[in-house]
Amino acid sequence: MSQHKFLSGTIGGFTHALQHALESEELARVDGWLQRLDPRVKLVGLLALVVATAASRKLSVVLLIFAVALVMAMASHVQWKTLFTRVWLPVLGFTGVIAVPAIFLTPGEVFWRSPFGVVHVTHAGLRAAAMLVSRVETAATMSTLLILCTPWTHVLKALRSLHVPVEIVAILMMTHRYVYLLIETANEMFVARQSRMVGRLDAATQRRVATRTGGVLLSKTVQLGEEVHLAMQARGFRGDVRLLDQFRMETRDYAALMLLLGITAAALYVGH
Amino acid sequence: MHIPDGYLSPATCVVLYGGAAPFWYVSLRKIRRQLHTRVIPLISVFSAFSFVIMMFNLPLPGGTTGHAVGMGVTTVVLGPWGSILAISVALTIQAFFFGDGGITALGANCFNMAIVGSLVTYLVYRWIAGRSPLTSRRRMFSAAIAGYVAINTAALFAAVEFGVQPLLFKDAMGAPLYAPYPLSVAIPAMMIGHLTFAGAAEAIITGGIVAYLQRSDASLLAPFSGLTVEGAATESRTSILGRLWAGLAALMLLTPLGVLAVGTAWGEWSVKDFADAAAREKIIAASQHRTLPAGVPEGLHRLSSAWTAPFPDYAPQFIRSEPVGYMLSAMFGVGIILAVLWLGRKFLLRGGNTP
Repeated sequence: MSQHKFLSGTIGGFTHALQHALESEELARVDGWLQRLDPRVKLVGLLALVVATAASRKLSVVLLIFAVALVMAMASHVQWKTLFTRVWLPVLGFTGVIAVPAIFLTPGEVFWRSPFGVVHVTHAGLRAAAMLVSRVETAATMSTLLILCTPWTHVLKALRSLHVPVEIVAILMMTHRYVYLLIETANEMFVARQSRMVGRLDAATQRRVATRTGGVLLSKTVQLGEEVHLAMQARGFRGDVRLLDQFRMETRDYAALMLLLGITAAALYVGH
Repeated sequence: MHIPDGYLSPATCVVLYGGAAPFWYVSLRKIRRQLHTRVIPLISVFSAFSFVIMMFNLPLPGGTTGHAVGMGVTTVVLGPWGSILAISVALTIQAFFFGDGGITALGANCFNMAIVGSLVTYLVYRWIAGRSPLTSRRRMFSAAIAGYVAINTAALFAAVEFGVQPLLFKDAMGAPLYAPYPLSVAIPAMMIGHLTFAGAAEAIITGGIVAYLQRSDASLLAPFSGLTVEGAATESRTSILGRLWAGLAALMLLTPLGVLAVGTAWGEWSVKDFADAAAREKIIAASQHRTLPAGVPEGLHRLSSAWTAPFPDYAPQFIRSEPVGYMLSAMFGVGIILAVLWLGRKFLLRGGNTP
């Protein structure tokens, strides 16, 4: 493996994550249907639809929920192209690898047999593969709509509505903040290493570069943790966590919540 | 290993959320007691570290690359309870914001990677490292082995969760509703990748970072090592080796237990079994009552005589007692493996590229 693939692959991954976050933040500021809703409504409503997708035993119901996701995406100015590149294609690639062999391996009534009987497709295999792919695509689309149409800090704060302990929400919010700082730090270390390289590194040296960078990052993490702790204490932190809750439900939020929970209830009733 | 939404049934997800909840509760309580006001900043930055370390592109032997989960190094530094929280938080951020792992499957992913991974790492690390000094090579290898065993145990749990889906959840026509493969397919499919690439990535990143810390700041390894920097024990290398040899000897003595097993393992049938009516019935019963070919499959018949093992069925012909034959086979097998490893080591060391 070339040094190019090793270092640029890691740097590319970091850049992609930062770009992904920036795009999501931009989309969350667009004036669309989902963007206007209270984050708690979006969190509860869209998660309920993910659960309904997972619970449904009928392909038609899963496809109807998928259609609801498409309508919500259109109303929220989320382009299908964005969903195609960020969700549908990667999910199809990953799930397809698992689903396609199931068409041939699942026992049951034969639907089609190849010449010489080498392979055969079964009805049960087709249904299992279609169900798996559509279910995973629909659930992933719903989750993506949630994060594309909501500032990430709001998603985390809305977790309080699911009775997630306030300390966990605070840890999640701080983690979310420091993930980008550490990505930036690691990225700088790899870029600095790359800029000082001439020629190729053998595989063992590449591994040493990666593990030493990881070790340095760990030392910096511990140092950062201490600094953040001291800063929090300096501001008066004594272990009690309080989060500002600026969310306020309006009529349209209640209406949207009723609509999303209504679709969920119908899907659960019909799909079971 | 990040299970997406839709692969596990809601019932499985609820069970695994329920299974994870007590561990989260205990972890939070224990960590709060240990760290007090440090809990939030320390767990936060370590969760962020776990997240970033999962993005490292690690070159692996064989020319490919892999990603570690980071459960090994997080457990060695933070301890099992801190690691459970840090990895769970990192997995939550991944699931919500990067679509890596599902939201309904978050409990399962946390159970496998954060809980099982951290606890297995800790047990294996402490068991193998014993009271060796913080800067010893044994401790570094213990961390690497612990990371390897932990990621494979976590993968095994995930494979079992996948594999039970078609047994428990089918539609009216018999088609699987969730992950479609039974245990016989899910476990090998999952484990092959983890026993090789993913396991190697976790072992390299864990052992490598521990080796770096041993040189730069060994005090970070002290809190969960069972030692202090000053009081680093100097247990001789022979005692751990002695323990491993004793364990191996005990396993060899226990091999006659295999005699108690009834019937033939699935997929290990001989030509005779296909010809014998009683054995055929057992094969059919063990294969979900699928029809068997009328005779011995031609390929099986042709290839079955290609190689005659010196100890067929672990029963050398010159030994009358079956248990003694089992033990002798075990000793013979272990001896061959040790000889191959010894020769491999000699061959590798001949290159002289030691760091």
